[in-house]
Amino acid sequence: MWELPPLARAFVGAVVLGAAVILAYSIGTVSADGSSDLAELIGLFVLMVTVSVYRTKTADGLSVSVGFIILLAAIALLGPQGASLVAVGAGVSSKHTAVQRVFNGAMFVVASFGAGLGWAVTLGEQRLGDQPVGRILSATAVATVVFYLLNTSLVAGVVSLVSGLAYRRVWAGGLSWLTLSYLGYGVFGLLMAEMYRSVGVASAVFLLAPLLVARRAFANYAELRNAYDGTVAALVQAVEMKDYYTRGHSERVARVTEMIAREWGMREDRVQVIKIAGMLHDVGKLGVPTRVLQKQGKLSQLEFEAIKIHPLRGYEMLSEIEFLSEALSGVYHHHERMDGRGYPLGLAGDEVPEFARIIMTADAFDSMTSTRSYREAKSVEAAIAELRRCQGGQFDVVAVDCLVAAVNKHGWAPHPEPFFGEKVDRDGRPIVWTPGSAEEVGHGQGG
Amino acid sequence: MAKAAEPVLFRRLLIGSTLLLAVLAVASSVSAGPALRSDVGRPAAVAFCLLIAAGELLRLNLPGDRDASPIGGAAALGYALLIRFDADDVARHTAIDVATVVVVGCAASVVIHLLLQRDTRLVDVASRLLGVATVALIFRPWLDSHPEELLGRPSTTLIAVMVLAALAGGAVTNIVSAAVRASRLRAPYLATLRNEVQAQSGLGAAMASTGILLALSVPKFGLWALLVFMVPLLVTQFSFRRYASISATYRQTIRALSRVTEVSGHVEAGHSRRVMNLSVAVGREFGMTESELLDLEYAALMHDIGQLSLTDPIPRGSTLTVAPSERRRIAEQGAEVIRSTGSMARVAHIVACQANAYRKMRETADVEVPLPSRIVKTASAYDDLVTASREDRGSRAAWDALERLRIGMAYEYDPRVIEALTKVLTRNGDL
Repeated sequence: MWELPPLARAFVGAVVLGAAVILAYSIGTVSADGSSDLAELIGLFVLMVTVSVYRTKTADGLSVSVGFIILLAAIALLGPQGASLVAVGAGVSSKHTAVQRVFNGAMFVVASFGAGLGWAVTLGEQRLGDQPVGRILSATAVATVVFYLLNTSLVAGVVSLVSGLAYRRVWAGGLSWLTLSYLGYGVFGLLMAEMYRSVGVASAVFLLAPLLVARRAFANYAELRNAYDGTVAALVQAVEMKDYYTRGHSERVARVTEMIAREWGMREDRVQVIKIAGMLHDVGKLGVPTRVLQKQGKLSQLEFEAIKIHPLRGYEMLSEIEFLSEALSGVYHHHERMDGRGYPLGLAGDEVPEFARIIMTADAFDSMTSTRSYREAKSVEAAIAELRRCQGGQFDVVAVDCLVAAVNKHGWAPHPEPFFGEKVDRDGRPIVWTPGSAEEVGHGQGG
Repeated sequence: MAKAAEPVLFRRLLIGSTLLLAVLAVASSVSAGPALRSDVGRPAAVAFCLLIAAGELLRLNLPGDRDASPIGGAAALGYALLIRFDADDVARHTAIDVATVVVVGCAASVVIHLLLQRDTRLVDVASRLLGVATVALIFRPWLDSHPEELLGRPSTTLIAVMVLAALAGGAVTNIVSAAVRASRLRAPYLATLRNEVQAQSGLGAAMASTGILLALSVPKFGLWALLVFMVPLLVTQFSFRRYASISATYRQTIRALSRVTEVSGHVEAGHSRRVMNLSVAVGREFGMTESELLDLEYAALMHDIGQLSLTDPIPRGSTLTVAPSERRRIAEQGAEVIRSTGSMARVAHIVACQANAYRKMRETADVEVPLPSRIVKTASAYDDLVTASREDRGSRAAWDALERLRIGMAYEYDPRVIEALTKVLTRNGDL
């Protein structure tokens, strides 16, 4: 707690204090109420703790939703007081520091109590009974919305106080269409409450098990997904061992390609594909003798033929990677020109595939701005002027426009460290401190 | 290398299970029991049948080329374990009725798969069918002898019996599919069974939970529960699909990029791929787990990547002809590359150790050299020797290569690895 800025410390303190007051009140009412619901309270608490302890390393929306389903079931079965007691279990987690755990627990207590009040007011009673279905569903919706708002605004509060980023920006960063899926999870919480009441705790376990398995599979997916780019980059670097002057070229082309593709407005999955294609566009050069690649001065006809074959070599090598299938055209045609004077096929204008136009522009930009055996590097301004000059002739008009716009926006440095000016993650989103991690803010929760 | 002939046992199982499916489907549709014809029984049977067919259509392919159909499986399990259709109407269908519904559902999906010209492995469908049959055979007779469980709040005993029946069904499915798999991959049975259980347990648990949940929720919510409570399993299936697709991409990418040493002229064309096939087959002989086999596969594919650091390629890329110290340097270079991926430390270790001898002169076996490294070392040496002498020796090349390895045996190469390699080569028809 002592490493937090004073304002953040005060904020965390206030949330914890609020939670403590709620808990004291809840314990008072629940113990005065008698022990009719004690079994349900204990059952839900144990579920909550289990789910929180066995969290996967990778944070994702599923972790949040599983906990939320349990909390909503607790609201429906036990009312606001019982739900706030169950929420304490959400603070238990093996992967956080003590401060984070305390804050998360307190935040969940406050959010569930608030959501429980919203539920009780809409329903007219505290607990699920024989009310009309319409009223039960509206109470569930109200509880979901209140929970979501309290959860995200408290987390965004602490994040913005610690990181110094504007509150609105942090809060809005968590918004997406996925937010709507909370309503679905709310309904599942309600169903779980119904099943819990008619069958018992086992039914809750059966309902949550598939989601827990899904969470695990998703974490495995995320781990492999993160490893993938690193693996490709490392293997490409090994290929570049052969030629001192192209060292880092593939990695930089991948970055420029990604920048152009985003500016182009490509869908995220296609951006990932073209990024990898940019990384791999020159693997075919391995088949060209080093002597030819590094030759200074004019190439003979035969040597030029040897070079011209490299896009085909690359295409052949990569053709078994299904994921890249659309991008293979980008690798094969990255030496075509819009005026039809390129190779290997001499395609022109519209015939040149979209992916190839982007990769060839990125390739040319990086070649011009880095040192080669036969010349010194150009400045970024000079390179852009050169691209502008050949726009429409050698290069695609839109691709060059996108590149210029992206460079103006983010700047360009050949080395990744001072990349975007502010600290960003691999996808170019700002890195912010959260009680959990940056991704969790994206899903609007803190633990 | 000759392509392995299709194992006979596998084909027999395939044909046998197809026949079994057909006979069961015909017999049961003719003799549909009264429980299926009743006013409450019919809509439920139809609903479950449709859900099973839909689930089989949405099947997914897990890493290791395994078919899975969690949604169809959960629906089938739910029907096998169903006690009531609503608050009062008890479900009286028998194990045979369950088989009818499941077989018709599966058969419908198989027909649609065939119409869409998708590959369908009937053995996989059959092994899932046997699993559900086991559940029905355990649970339906038990329910008949315990009529008090049919009404009222489900007792703990009832739920326990449901869980046990589901576990037994899962065990049968795994035992059958491991047998098919072992004969197809020519791997030891017990190791295959262990791998099968490891690979299926997560999705299997999700499927069984959902199946039991369906059986418990239909009495309360009616048949709509089938759609609603299937949603969590859909999320699971979606996650597994994403995982399966990134695994496939990863594997294809490593395979493609392992060819860099061939394209650059450092090693003979196809060397990495052949060493990979041999290594994995030998690894299976040793009963390795699936994740160990994957590491072995990657290490075998990339074992020569260190040669990229050589300005002048070694003739034919055979590291047999260079000095041991140079061989170790190349292996270490390759391991360095693999280590820099940040996620393949184990693979890097295997590649680093492949240049080490099995044991040094007058010393006991070097325990520092891991088994996968010994396998890659032997497989690579074998492939180098065979390729080098194939032109002169023709079909005798394999014998000669093996003989050369045996001479170096007990020092350079592990005798047990050579023994397993001999077994694999004999089976492939190379010897």
